[in-house]
Amino acid sequence: MKKLLLASAATALVAGAAQAGGHGEVKIGIILGYTGPIESLVANMGPAAEMAMAEVTESGLLLGGAKVMPVIGDSTCVDAAAATAAAERLITSDGVKGIVGGDCSGVTGAMLQNVAVPNGVVMVSPSATSPGLSHQNNEDEGLFFRTAPSDARQGVVMTEVLMELGIKEVAVTYTNNDYGKGLADSFQAAFEEAGGSITISAAHEDGKADYSAEVGALASAGGERLVVAGYVDQGGAGIVRGSLDSGAFDTFHFPDGMIGTALVETFGSEIDGSSGQHPSPSEELAAKFTDLVGGKFEATSPFTPESYDAAALIMLAMQAAGSAEPGDYKAKIMDVANAPGEKIGAGELAKGLQILADGGDIDYVGATDVELIGPGEAAGNYRVVGFEGGKEVTAGRK
Amino acid sequence: MDLLNALVALLNFVIVPATAYGAQLALGALGVTLIYGILRFSNFAHGDTMAFGTMVTILFTWWFQSMGISFGPLPTALLALPFGILGCMALVLVTDRMVYRFYREQKAKPVILVIVSMGVMFVMNGLVRFIIGPDDQRFGDGERFIISARDFKAMTGLREGLAIKTSQGLTVVVAVIAVALLFWFLNRTRTGKSMRAYSDNEDLALLSGINPERVVMYTWLIVAALATVAGTLYGLDKSFKPFVYFQLLLPIFAAAIVGGLGNPLGAIAGGFVIAFSEVTITYAWKKIARYLLPDHLDPDGLVQLLSTDYKFAVSFVILLIVLLFRPTGLFKGKSV
Repeated sequence: MKKLLLASAATALVAGAAQAGGHGEVKIGIILGYTGPIESLVANMGPAAEMAMAEVTESGLLLGGAKVMPVIGDSTCVDAAAATAAAERLITSDGVKGIVGGDCSGVTGAMLQNVAVPNGVVMVSPSATSPGLSHQNNEDEGLFFRTAPSDARQGVVMTEVLMELGIKEVAVTYTNNDYGKGLADSFQAAFEEAGGSITISAAHEDGKADYSAEVGALASAGGERLVVAGYVDQGGAGIVRGSLDSGAFDTFHFPDGMIGTALVETFGSEIDGSSGQHPSPSEELAAKFTDLVGGKFEATSPFTPESYDAAALIMLAMQAAGSAEPGDYKAKIMDVANAPGEKIGAGELAKGLQILADGGDIDYVGATDVELIGPGEAAGNYRVVGFEGGKEVTAGRK
Repeated sequence: MDLLNALVALLNFVIVPATAYGAQLALGALGVTLIYGILRFSNFAHGDTMAFGTMVTILFTWWFQSMGISFGPLPTALLALPFGILGCMALVLVTDRMVYRFYREQKAKPVILVIVSMGVMFVMNGLVRFIIGPDDQRFGDGERFIISARDFKAMTGLREGLAIKTSQGLTVVVAVIAVALLFWFLNRTRTGKSMRAYSDNEDLALLSGINPERVVMYTWLIVAALATVAGTLYGLDKSFKPFVYFQLLLPIFAAAIVGGLGNPLGAIAGGFVIAFSEVTITYAWKKIARYLLPDHLDPDGLVQLLSTDYKFAVSFVILLIVLLFRPTGLFKGKSV
């Protein structure tokens, strides 16, 4: 009897909490790699997602005045078990209604399959770019979206950049995980189709003691430029250091995982003449977002505006569906992200929420000109970068 | 000319980097092997002891740099090295007093001490991250190259460049000095002899009046010095990141075991065997073959025995083969 009483009391409590969650407070998880290989990027991505949530809370318009509470989890970027545990905790014990994350492709896939899909929670990743995640569309029950483009697209963009520079023969090294392998493969396919040749495509492990064996093999294979599909805080930097010191390569091509302030800080003018690209919005959008951020964190750091947009999309879709339940609002994400409707930029979330509350339509532009295609991923705008005099400069857009 | 080019390419991409890496591993393996020989357990905290000593060296280096003290063309870190060694000595002596001595008095089995050292490893790991943070730290200064690839090409007119970094040269020179000092100490001094006696037969050594606590203390002091030197040289050559030092533990243990645990000569040989096998077996010989073979025999492929993905497998296969055929290692060590 006593047990029964306790159980019913507990049930009542839980029900009460759920009720309160429905009206007063909506919890949204942010699962990014606060520690691990891209921790220096996440230092800006996390605050960007929280900024969008604070903006919505301040407006007081979401679902009749609900507050949005961010709940933070650490994906570690590389440890699928740790990321799965973090997602499990956020969904089952904190009761989040949606997740901004994960960051790296491998852990994102693991969280999606093991936790998000079984529990029916929406995930919007700002930075998982592996083409492998696109195929999961049929298995993800419409729960997975990303505001970053797939690397299948990045491979094509990289090819265009290199071809325009007149480079026809390159060596490729990639970090040995879903991101690195996916990008290296899509680049190889695109580059060879365009008539280029790849002398070697070799993996490297992150966090290892010594990269002279890798550099030796790459140097022996040769090529006009070395493509480093790795991480700037990890093995990618080790490979670049080794190549420069031994004179194996003077110029490099850096995809998104390598572009960051740490790259220029570490290598300065040694990498002059190199090239690279990363997903990034147009100049006007970038300037507008930088103003909005106002120096609280680095607004132009890779995937930072994407993080803001990922959080914004979740909340706008909730408003459109009139419910914070993932099962109700998952179908609305594509609607609010794409035309038709009034265009809503970053910092105008209140306006968007109001239009949706009045039954109107919006086309969320956000900080990165969000346009979701196919399986729910961004079409992708890239900023092409060059390196001159020890500085990173914008060399064009794709 | 082609022969020279091939030789230079081989030197630049295989021999020079493998020699420097081998020397770093050898210094690390010496510390592991000394602990195993005298205190009779595998010290898993060695990688993090290296990280701690290096961290103290880095902090002093920054302090010296801020005061404008420099060491000319050599890195300032060399001046800070003695202070790093002192800091590391203090740490290991405190650890021994607080942790290991208790288990020694209990006459704990080696396997228990191994687990204890893992605990110490995690504490040191946290300590280093707490003080200096988990990020990459750069502390090298002075001349970066003894000879750079570009200068070499201009000087000799060869197509291939040869780069020798100051840190690589330093690593080898310092390693030779440290090893010479160690062997002189072990073979010529009274304390060194008592250490060897204690290692050979503990009971007999105790009977002949050797103070075990003194032997243990000297062992820790030497190990701290070796660990700091190895860690600092590694940090100068590559970069300092606590996580990487933790990962260094594997090749260091592989080196110590291949050479024969407890045998200092074996540790040095083991370090070079591991380093050279990692680099040579996964090297792509295409470039060298191009120089040496007549044109019509030019290889299309990379002429690579194993892809670099497998370089860690290489050291462990060597470890397995050695243990299968010579369980005590290449040089006669204690059996594992």
